[in-house]
Amino acid sequence: MNSMERVLATLNHKEPDRVPIFHLLSTYGAKELGIPIKEYFSKASHVVEAQLRMRKKYSNDCIYTFFHAPLENQAFGGEVLFKEDGPPNTGEPIIQSIDEIMSLEVPRINESIPLQRVLKATNLLKKSVGNEVPIIGVVMSPYALPVMQMGFEKYLELLYFRPKAFNQLMEINKDFCIQWANAQLKAGATAICYFNPLASPTIIERKKYLETGHKISKEIISQIKGPTATHLASGITLPVIDDIVATGSLVLGFSAKDDILTLKDKARKNICLLGNLNGIDMVNWDRKKARTEVTKLIKKAAPGGGFILSDNHGEMPIQVSEEILLEISETVKSVGKYPIKVE
Amino acid sequence: MSYKDLPIEAFKESLLQVDRIEADKIFESCYLVDNDLKRVENLTMMTLEEIGLGWENGEYSLSQIYMSGVICQEIMEKYIQKFDVVIKNDYKIGIAVLEDHHALGKRIVYSILRSKGYDVIDLGQGLSIDTIVNETINHKLDFLIISTLMLSSALHVKTVVKKLRQKKANVKIIAGGAPFRLDAKLWQKVNVDADGENATDVPRIIEKLANGGV
Repeated sequence: MNSMERVLATLNHKEPDRVPIFHLLSTYGAKELGIPIKEYFSKASHVVEAQLRMRKKYSNDCIYTFFHAPLENQAFGGEVLFKEDGPPNTGEPIIQSIDEIMSLEVPRINESIPLQRVLKATNLLKKSVGNEVPIIGVVMSPYALPVMQMGFEKYLELLYFRPKAFNQLMEINKDFCIQWANAQLKAGATAICYFNPLASPTIIERKKYLETGHKISKEIISQIKGPTATHLASGITLPVIDDIVATGSLVLGFSAKDDILTLKDKARKNICLLGNLNGIDMVNWDRKKARTEVTKLIKKAAPGGGFILSDNHGEMPIQVSEEILLEISETVKSVGKYPIKVE
Repeated sequence: MSYKDLPIEAFKESLLQVDRIEADKIFESCYLVDNDLKRVENLTMMTLEEIGLGWENGEYSLSQIYMSGVICQEIMEKYIQKFDVVIKNDYKIGIAVLEDHHALGKRIVYSILRSKGYDVIDLGQGLSIDTIVNETINHKLDFLIISTLMLSSALHVKTVVKKLRQKKANVKIIAGGAPFRLDAKLWQKVNVDADGENATDVPRIIEKLANGGV
């Protein structure tokens, strides 16, 4: 089976030849090429080269065209702060007062150099890999983007106390999100990973999410012209798994803090699970620990299909060693062969 | 009313429902029993600790902790003014976000400390290692609380600690934020004095460190 066939079987809740591996490597590409992170993201060709190299090196079953979290905020006029040893971060919020929302405009994708760079990388990668491996594009949920646009504190004030301005911002963000997702699909992405950490009760209580973010996600996902995976970026998912299924998402990125067996039971045939290795803790792992953790995870989550092995946050920290990534892949290739042996 | 009879459930419910008016009413009735600030301090701390524990268990959300902290801080500050209560300033406490611009974690801890009546210096967010070191020395802090969001920033806490120790700053350092929640041993790796994994535990940690504990 090639990667695409393996992933499609998994999405159809069938057992492929082995568990698919999604090492979600973005900033890690700079390490692969041995260049500074800022330089790495300055050219689409860098991302293309690194993704192709890392796919081969780590037997990765996906190409990941996610550059970095502040990208969409950058399209709205936000600042990106590059670091030498970690993913870029957002600078000062672009929305300083809630009243500024009324004059905010939807960015034009064809006029944004950073967004165009992602589309170029997607297009070049599609030309290179064809239909052999899925290309995963990324959008931020309109419900989560304001954390970067205006800062978390101000956003919570908006969410809880300023419904009119909240709805106005959501309209702008929804419009952008749908356009951005569909532009990536048009450029060659196979599927879209919809990052929505605020759907997790770790961050927002379910009642509030159902009143607000859930409705938005349903609307967005129905208008994205391709399959979507919803990722809660290490937030717990169990209390909202049925809600995520109801949005039409085919995959759920789950947390290292979730109870896998209960989640697996609820997910069965309804949604495919993606996760849930703890990337932060992985920095401390040796090869033996990596093998133990991966084996444990596979035995719980893989039987019956519907499971893709990945980290729980949606991005591999640059501090994780190559040796550990290789060990994870080797373990999946041996322990993750179907049928899974469960003692 | 003994401290055992505090209206914790009702107060918690008002905080979780973001009902400022009801929370204020409960707080005031509790205070007016014998004008004892200790009583309401216990009420807010025990309630916030329950909410913090509920977050650990997945029962409550981060936004509920944040809102609860902000409401408690608002009420406490109102009463500090209204009844001319003396602020606790036995220790100089500073709080900062290293490198990252996300200040929610810092704000939660700040609110909780203010709710307990501590005087806290907000050093800001998006700060460099050297800025935090210099501010700590300039303010002669007894306690420095560092909040982080990204793993790389959390690892840089080690350099803050190293520089402060080199400069012989007599400060106890507590670190917290998402990376510390995902790696239980990270606080030891970066050589801080305590793990501020749960914001509601920070007042207790400060008292423990002040009394020579770790």
